[in-house]
Amino acid sequence: MSVAIEVNCETGVVTERPLTAEEIAANEAAAAQAAAAQHEAEVAAAAVAEAKANAEAKLAALGLTAEEIAALTK
Amino acid sequence: MPSTYQLISSNVLTTTAASVTFSAIPSTYTDLVLRISAKTDRANANDGIKLLVNGSSASVYGERNVNGNGATAGSNGNANLAYGALRSGATGASTANVFSSTEVYLPNYNDATIHPFGSIQVQEDNSTTARIFATASTFNTSGAITSLTLNPETGPNFVSGSSFYLYGIKNS
Repeated sequence: MSVAIEVNCETGVVTERPLTAEEIAANEAAAAQAAAAQHEAEVAAAAVAEAKANAEAKLAALGLTAEEIAALTK
Repeated sequence: MPSTYQLISSNVLTTTAASVTFSAIPSTYTDLVLRISAKTDRANANDGIKLLVNGSSASVYGERNVNGNGATAGSNGNANLAYGALRSGATGASTANVFSSTEVYLPNYNDATIHPFGSIQVQEDNSTTARIFATASTFNTSGAITSLTLNPETGPNFVSGSSFYLYGIKNS
């Protein structure tokens, strides 16, 4: 069971209570949204990395050395 | 010499928890520092921590961050977030018994103005691609800060052993 913990800084009392159904639903919705956003970011990053690799391969095919390609991408 | 860096409250989890809240934060300090060593039970890699100021989940948070994982570097910004984003957290997919570290600095928390805060998040994972984020954030609502709530971004829980420490800074 998921619990919420509250530390009262004034009294030092720590309260632990089970999450309400509304809190569980809200957390699940937020988690799904965060996971989707992270997946989207990972897909975008992978696309950028793939495009960079493709561009470097094309530059190499044109005769540029690895050092010259590295200088271009810095 | 006065003690200018004082522990206000702390909590070390002895069980899993979906949230940890520091409430009734005293107004007797100048700044606040939040130190977190945490891990969530998310099955996949990477998780973040949501910071809610005064319990607010309104779209009033903004951020600019720079980040890197040893292989690639990046930066991005987001506005109108529903929470302060503390990224780069360890999960159930991380190396066993390895937690990520986060420090949040909240200056002038008693001011009745928009609140900026800065944070550093480090994913310690014995890996060449473990990540670090440095983030500048804002909480665009006025009023003194009296509570801070932390939730996993995905989780849904912080695992046992996660620890949360709130410190107060005095200027004299």
